[in-house]
Amino acid sequence: MIRIESRPEWRRREHRREQLFQLVGAAIVLFALTTLTVLLVKIFLDGYTRLSPEFLSNFPSRRPDEAGIKAALVGSFYLLLLTAALAIPIGVGAAIYLEEFAKRNWFTRLVEINITNLAGVPSIIYGLLGLQVFVRTLSMDRSLLAGACTMALLALPVIITAAREGLRTVPNSLRYGSLALGATQWQTVRYTVLPVALPAILTGIILSLSRVVGETAPLLVIGAVVYISKLPDGLCSPFTVLPVQIYDWTTRPQKAFQENAAAGIIVLLMLLLAMNAAAIYLRNRYQKRLAL
Amino acid sequence: MKPRVALWTPLSAFVLILAACGKQGTGARSGSASAAVTNELVGTIRIDGSSTVLPISEAVAEEFQKQHPKVQVTVGKSGTSGGFKKFAQGEVEIVGASRPIRETEDEACRKNGVEYIEIPVAYDAIAVVVNPQNTWCDYLTVAELRKVWEPAAEGKIVSWDQVRPGFPKERLTLFGAGTESGTFDYFTAAVVGKEKESRGDYNPSEDDNILVQGVSRTKGALGYFGLAYYENNKDKLKLIGIDNGNGPVKPSRETVIDGTYQPLSRPLFIYVSVKALERPEVAAFVKFYIQNAGKLSEEVGYIALPEKVYTLAMERFEKRIKGSAFGAHGSQVGVKLEDLYRIEEAVQ
Repeated sequence: MIRIESRPEWRRREHRREQLFQLVGAAIVLFALTTLTVLLVKIFLDGYTRLSPEFLSNFPSRRPDEAGIKAALVGSFYLLLLTAALAIPIGVGAAIYLEEFAKRNWFTRLVEINITNLAGVPSIIYGLLGLQVFVRTLSMDRSLLAGACTMALLALPVIITAAREGLRTVPNSLRYGSLALGATQWQTVRYTVLPVALPAILTGIILSLSRVVGETAPLLVIGAVVYISKLPDGLCSPFTVLPVQIYDWTTRPQKAFQENAAAGIIVLLMLLLAMNAAAIYLRNRYQKRLAL
Repeated sequence: MKPRVALWTPLSAFVLILAACGKQGTGARSGSASAAVTNELVGTIRIDGSSTVLPISEAVAEEFQKQHPKVQVTVGKSGTSGGFKKFAQGEVEIVGASRPIRETEDEACRKNGVEYIEIPVAYDAIAVVVNPQNTWCDYLTVAELRKVWEPAAEGKIVSWDQVRPGFPKERLTLFGAGTESGTFDYFTAAVVGKEKESRGDYNPSEDDNILVQGVSRTKGALGYFGLAYYENNKDKLKLIGIDNGNGPVKPSRETVIDGTYQPLSRPLFIYVSVKALERPEVAAFVKFYIQNAGKLSEEVGYIALPEKVYTLAMERFEKRIKGSAFGAHGSQVGVKLEDLYRIEEAVQ
């Protein structure tokens, strides 16, 4: 009798625990979403009146209603392209070498540990490094190129780690199959491993580049300017980016500049949203192709 | 073979780009030589330094570029100290400063062969503010300010009744400029007597809007920042007067110009590299800066210097008088710019 009754009691207790966990989980999600919504709504209410074609096509100005983000938006775009051009080949290449070619010895383990550590280094440290190495020693000056090199350093650890994770998810049976058919190791990597790992690698790349787009501190350190009224016309041009422009506007005393900052944030959010959407699209496309 | 070609093409391109960036300076100069025929100025002028001076430089650059669209002016924001570091390295032609240059910075310039001309561009006042709910405090003497902010006050002066007998037992919460800013340097020099000597247990921020928020939300708050931030947030703050021995004075256009708001009015400067002035576009820009600094500084929320000082500054610039009228000793308090520059000229 006692045993039969005790079992539903035990079950009921477990059930209550599960319900409690679900409740706590839902509360946490609700809290996060509410905070985000409040922030987004506030930003939107502050900034939407300033959003106009002129806001996108004007250079910065001392008059808040004439000021725009043209230089910052184009600067961010160029910086992103250049960073991607530097960081993707090096990062994916390093990951492929470490996962597919390198022998596992103390040296590769040392490299691995360092890469993981580098992913956690505060971004301003990369800025200081970039200032000394790229701006001063390599005399790149306060240029777009110096900014992109610094940002590439910042993005590399994340790209390498993500790409390695992606490569590791490829089952060894595929590699063995390819090698057994007489393919070289390079052909195996190029035609079998890389296509399978591509969605994961792409996701890693786009997430790390999204971080690059939102970065302010290291670019301020290496000398991204606040006021500029020409678009970069080469790799050596001075530049500014959206977060730097937004940061400057938020520190101004005039209310109207705060509205400009809010409008700038909306544009930056759109840009990030577009990038993440692209990541999802690319991932789905390649996953589908693989399934066929 | 193929992958190797693919690898070397971007690498060699990269090296070429590096070489191109190094020659940037000469490229700009040859550009200005060819344009001399048409009398049109070209080139890049790089400004960096104080975030306080930035809005003035931005306004001047904006107006200057309307007349000379082929000159590129960029303004950065590294703070006064950070700006002088870049200036001494020859990385910028002009640096904005919210205090005069220091001995160490002057030495760094000299070591790298960077000579400079000091040009005052506007006045700024540092406002001392409290929360609007603060009914007890309408002014503080300089001695009381020192008592609150000196290093010895750290952890000891924590309540308003310790500042002056008769004030209520309300917790004193302090807000002030971050240690990298020229505002911090000037305030500590003016109130405590020595640059950078301050108690450490206050809420510092490089962003004055954060300080505004802090003071407006804390009943027992006391804070200091540029007057423009008070003027744009009058409904959230209460401005208090400063008594320097002649009764309390509140900061305003009048009290700053007639010299009664002391010791918290300060001049703002730009420092110009003498070598860069050999380039016609830099010389034209600095001349334009001095001519328009008064009008444009008022427009962005500062106080124009008396016309006489701009005339003296223009003379200094045209005669290329090098060095600092302040003897490179950093912040100095209560100096009338007119007297200073006139004495200097008499000596020369």
